[in-house]
Amino acid sequence: MQEIAAKFKEITPKERVKIPRQPMPQQHPDKRVKNFDEVPLGYTVEQAITEANRCIQCKKPSCIDGCPVHINIPEFIEFIAKGNFQRAIESMKKYNMLPAICGRVCPQEEQCEATCVLKHRSEPVAIGRLERFIADWERDHGKIALPSLAPPSGKKVAVVGSGPAGLTVATDLRRSGHEVTMFEAFHAPGGVLFYGIPGFRLPKRIVWAEVKILQKMGVELKLSHVVGKLGTVDSLLEEYGAVFIGTGAGLPYFMGIPGENLTGIYSANEFLTRNNLMRAFEFPTYDTPIVDVGRVAVIGGGNVTMDSARTALRLGAEKVYNIYRRSRVEMPARDEEIERAEEEGVIFKLLHNPVRYSGDENGRVKEMECIRMELGEPDESGRRRPVPIKGSEFTIDVDTVVVAIGNSPNPLIPRTTPDIKVGSHGNIEADTETGKTSKKGVFAAGDIVLGAATVILAMGHARNAASGINEYLQTGKW
Amino acid sequence: MPQNNEILENMRIAPEVNRYRIYAPDIANVRRAGQFVIIRIDDHGERIPLTIADADPDRGELILIVQEVGKTTAHLATLKAGDQLKDIIGPLGSPTHINNFGTVVIVGGGIGIAPCYPIAKAMKKAGNHIVTILGARTKDLLIMEDEMRKTSDEVNICTDDGSYGAKGLVTDLLKNYIEEQGNPDLCVAIGPVIMMKFVVETLRPYQIPVIVSLNPIMIDGTGMCGGCRVEVGGETKFVCVDGPEFDGYAVNFDLLMRRLTLYRKQEHEAYELFKRSHRCQIEAEL
Repeated sequence: MQEIAAKFKEITPKERVKIPRQPMPQQHPDKRVKNFDEVPLGYTVEQAITEANRCIQCKKPSCIDGCPVHINIPEFIEFIAKGNFQRAIESMKKYNMLPAICGRVCPQEEQCEATCVLKHRSEPVAIGRLERFIADWERDHGKIALPSLAPPSGKKVAVVGSGPAGLTVATDLRRSGHEVTMFEAFHAPGGVLFYGIPGFRLPKRIVWAEVKILQKMGVELKLSHVVGKLGTVDSLLEEYGAVFIGTGAGLPYFMGIPGENLTGIYSANEFLTRNNLMRAFEFPTYDTPIVDVGRVAVIGGGNVTMDSARTALRLGAEKVYNIYRRSRVEMPARDEEIERAEEEGVIFKLLHNPVRYSGDENGRVKEMECIRMELGEPDESGRRRPVPIKGSEFTIDVDTVVVAIGNSPNPLIPRTTPDIKVGSHGNIEADTETGKTSKKGVFAAGDIVLGAATVILAMGHARNAASGINEYLQTGKW
Repeated sequence: MPQNNEILENMRIAPEVNRYRIYAPDIANVRRAGQFVIIRIDDHGERIPLTIADADPDRGELILIVQEVGKTTAHLATLKAGDQLKDIIGPLGSPTHINNFGTVVIVGGGIGIAPCYPIAKAMKKAGNHIVTILGARTKDLLIMEDEMRKTSDEVNICTDDGSYGAKGLVTDLLKNYIEEQGNPDLCVAIGPVIMMKFVVETLRPYQIPVIVSLNPIMIDGTGMCGGCRVEVGGETKFVCVDGPEFDGYAVNFDLLMRRLTLYRKQEHEAYELFKRSHRCQIEAEL
């Protein structure tokens, strides 16, 4: 790799900005719709070094401000550009312990890459792809070094939930020398990283690898343990100096329209959990079944919607429609995910909304009535409000429907922790700078506070909460 | 010391019905009447909800009573003392609301008698007069008669074929009881969905309060997937977190029955595959 890096040594700034953004090698759509393997294959060493050399090393880098965990982006990229991958990963891990995950699932185009100065000239540096590259390089070369730990503090912390927020808090607090126990309700760790995001976007072995590092650092992981049912936050406080709640947004919304409880109509959570966590796509090798999907309609416009639609294709769907009530511009899903779904054959029915479902004699959905929509005045989200067009109803034949219109915070902890302050959406109220809730010794961050947001935002706030917990454990001050 | 999730005893108590004594001290310590667990046998296993039939917190033991209805329950039946389940998650669901109501009629049908037992015990302890009505298809399939007798003030039994107790259905005995003794203060009915539906219909003219316990298809058991949703009083509820017990008059039983049939084809396929491979295994051992 030194030879490759050497090629760029004598390069002039003018030539540097002319290097084209390196495309991500990926599985061909015709092939990938038949498997659950990861779609983007990752940069080669040559591509990574070439891409890293596009970075002009700004004196005042704006990309860092675009990153919720403030990774020193020019620094790690410079190391890659020079072919010094070891130093690159060391730099990365000072700020982000989970780069293999973030490099895959962060919306970089809205964050670090959105503020890259090259964006005005051509295309931004592919920061996310470089992040993924360096993390994969470290894992594939078996070079993962455990971070150094501060001397034992004698303090114990309980982390409830092992999703992005919980993993971040557990890492930071363990590095600070505290004893950390992480509780997970499911039989596999990672929360939404495991049950929600499909393997074709985030292979499960990567989640396991990250968790194994945490365990090697000495974090105790208790799987299949539902806090709120087996013990409560109050009982944890008797044993632990502080409790962190990162239980996410796990309660699926349904639309409440007629026929929604017919069989064959799933929440995205159930549809994805059956496949990602329970591996229903390998039935009967694995025991959990999924229906023969047939003609599928997926409702919504976010990343989870795209994940569901693409999962349906891989299950052998005859047709997959995406029904979304606004237009393409308002879709919250990443462009990259929408494009991939399109390439794979998802049929977009934008400015459409389901009105009712009807079923066959066995109660299985067979038809959905939709109405066409148009965009009116902006609503409170700033997006133009979709308004139904009277008399435009029509029906689509479907065998399976996946409702992917969002989740609200999981109520299990709020319901069993009577003195914790809860907001109007069932979210736990917590200070995003310190993670403090209304209950002494209890901190929270991630989707349980924000409602459904992104992995990296949860991690950013979790990092703040870890500092808040550290300070509380040292000073005892609330 | 046994391991967590270790099967201490697996005993056949009726045709295709087994009683498992399992070491799960944390759950045994906090579970209450009406709650359930989700189990997973091994890494390839599915997650199935099972009601807790009893627990001994001092010994750290849970009692589960399970009927063989498909692959997972058939696989479970082949396990022996010393085998360990991969996961037991719980206790899940809200506990039964226990109070001194006065006279409580407990109606248990088939395997549904198992979850009736801890409720009967807790209701008895709270000072209620317990009238138990048990039904089974035939004598051999009647389970937990001794236990229910110990915790009940009156026990009435019927079988579909008349091989034990009265010939007929639990609804016949229930109606007779009300006609002769007057309205009880509360009825708890657990059994096949169709039985619960008709118990509710039997009680409707008398407007006697009735609690039923539902057992739909479920995955996570923590309110995350909505696979277990049912309609109660016209609203969608999640059995795992809002239940499993509901006001019988408000439950849409027909919808529940339809939702239970969704995977019948796949369940049949997995069961047949298991029986075939298990038979081969036994023949090989012989």
